[in-house]
Amino acid sequence: MTTATRPGVRARWTLIDIVVVVYALVPVLWILSLSFKTKETLTDKSFIPTEWTFQNYVDIFSTNEFPRALVNSIGIALIATLIAVVLGTMAAYAIARLDFPGKRALVGVSLLIAMFPQVSLVTPLFEVERSLGLFDTWPGLILPYITFALPLAIYTLSAFFREIPWELEKAAKMDGATPAQAFRRVIAPLAAPGVFTTAILVFIFCWNDFLFAISLTSTTASRTVPAALSFFQGSSQFEDPTGTVSAAAVVITIPIILFVLFFQRRIVAGLTSGAVKG
Amino acid sequence: MAEIILDKVTKRYPDGALAVSDVDIQIADGEFVILVGPSGCGKSTTLNMIAGLEDITSGELRIDGDRVNDRAPKDRDIAMVFQSYALYPHMSVRENMAFPLRLAKVDKKVVQQKVEEAARILDLTQHLDRKPGNLSGGQRQRVAMGRAIVRSPKAFLMDEPLSNLDAKLRVQMRTSVSKLQRRLGTTTVYVTHDQTEAMTLGDRVVVMRGGHVQQIGSPQFLYEQPVNLFVAGFIGSPSMNFLPAGLEDGRLRTPLGDFPLTDRIRRLLEGGSAPREVIMGLRPEHFEDARLVDEPGAAFTATVEVLESMGSDKYAYFAVEGEAAMAAELEELAAESGTAEMADGGSQIVSRLSAASDAREGAELSVWFDPDKIHLFDPSDGRTLTYVE
Repeated sequence: MTTATRPGVRARWTLIDIVVVVYALVPVLWILSLSFKTKETLTDKSFIPTEWTFQNYVDIFSTNEFPRALVNSIGIALIATLIAVVLGTMAAYAIARLDFPGKRALVGVSLLIAMFPQVSLVTPLFEVERSLGLFDTWPGLILPYITFALPLAIYTLSAFFREIPWELEKAAKMDGATPAQAFRRVIAPLAAPGVFTTAILVFIFCWNDFLFAISLTSTTASRTVPAALSFFQGSSQFEDPTGTVSAAAVVITIPIILFVLFFQRRIVAGLTSGAVKG
Repeated sequence: MAEIILDKVTKRYPDGALAVSDVDIQIADGEFVILVGPSGCGKSTTLNMIAGLEDITSGELRIDGDRVNDRAPKDRDIAMVFQSYALYPHMSVRENMAFPLRLAKVDKKVVQQKVEEAARILDLTQHLDRKPGNLSGGQRQRVAMGRAIVRSPKAFLMDEPLSNLDAKLRVQMRTSVSKLQRRLGTTTVYVTHDQTEAMTLGDRVVVMRGGHVQQIGSPQFLYEQPVNLFVAGFIGSPSMNFLPAGLEDGRLRTPLGDFPLTDRIRRLLEGGSAPREVIMGLRPEHFEDARLVDEPGAAFTATVEVLESMGSDKYAYFAVEGEAAMAAELEELAAESGTAEMADGGSQIVSRLSAASDAREGAELSVWFDPDKIHLFDPSDGRTLTYVE
């Protein structure tokens, strides 16, 4: 961090940084710009709207579908994240700390699930959920989300658990803690950054999913925003819904940004420093 | 305050490896006992079994007369100081030290008072609100000690608590550990691989090797009466010199020359079945510059290879021609200390001479030694032939 940077090097890095940021942000800004344009100026090819309007936002919230889809998305993603992180924490702790029969099989299977192409599961899942009455319900989406989020959660979390010196747990035991107390008061606080990181990743995965959302829902009862977006229509069939779709796209990024900002503050690097020497 | 008894304690891992075998140790109330040995000798495993962090395969562990084999660590009322200190990084020093008391549901006021008292003893008062990450190694070490002493446990277990400190701090902490233990009078079991720590700290020292107890005794006793080659070579720094020797008609044939056995040693050998080939051991301080000694004794002449002047005395190193002493124990010791092996065969002798000696590097020196101070060992099993029962 203290390397003396020559002006040339600094300029080069600044340039590269700008290219990357522009490349990543232009489509987002374009959507943002579209969402503020009126129907008439939508196709004027101007990056900055010539006529500003909030009408698109008013429109999407005055329909029935979008607010309902937003509620579905938030509810389903939060519940799936919570369950996946709790289960993942326990599984990862066991994998990082214990030697139990079938450990390698467990790790292997979770890796297998992570690699399995989801698209090939859609049809069987559709049949299974229909016969079980889970089709077009919240659990109908939460269950597959948990299944596919768990390997991710287990992998991320077990890496974090391995970082925590085992001696801390022994020390807690010697200090008179039960295993549950040792976990709750010593291990869990130290694993918190890992848990929050995992929560963010899992939440984003559930929030962004389109494949399951479109295949396993049929009504507003459980349709999430990515799926609902594809059903957006203009007020007549000759009307282009681009403005409203853009507004909805902007709206659904907001919870993710909030979620990340909220948890990012809890991700403190180097939390275990000072625990053990060397 | 407790008496700890290990009765034929054995640890066998599920894969069949025997870590600790039939260890019998009686630790009296208030005693400071050191477990010492090279790495892998089972000393830490033994400590962990006392702590309850490892299961005991067979045998019995009694604390104050109660069998505690199956009790969880928290029910044994023992505190432990870890080599890595194992401080809780998310808690301040105060919270770290209060943690055992809080778990024991001690009244808040009492916790406060006890933590502050411990902090005063350990000179940590001004650091109470800092996190371990902001402390120096020595301070962390003291916090680890503080966490152990706050709840006045029956016993302290210390697993190489000083080995992460730099040399100077280690010597300093060694004295404070010793003082602290005397002041509190709490039974302490201390594990180390450093024989200096073992010699200076303990009331009694337990030397372990390959899961077996070799010898138990006061540091001085172990130094003067090692029961076998391993203990003889492990205890003492610089370590004992070993030379191959032959026993013949009451005379000892050594690479340093032939010497008659003294009466004391002859008596010790009588009755025993001493082999003809033995290993002779002689401590560095039992040599002296022949010019400075009037007493009768044995003498030889050799060239000083290296001379280290310590001020108070001089260490002179001589090369000795011929075969080096061979025994399994010696090989193990050499491997442990990393001194395996002088390439050109032969062996080296370290002698501690008085500062008045005018020994010079590369010059010949006439060296005297006390033949009554020699130890003789059986090379086949390492047992001391001159052990005084």
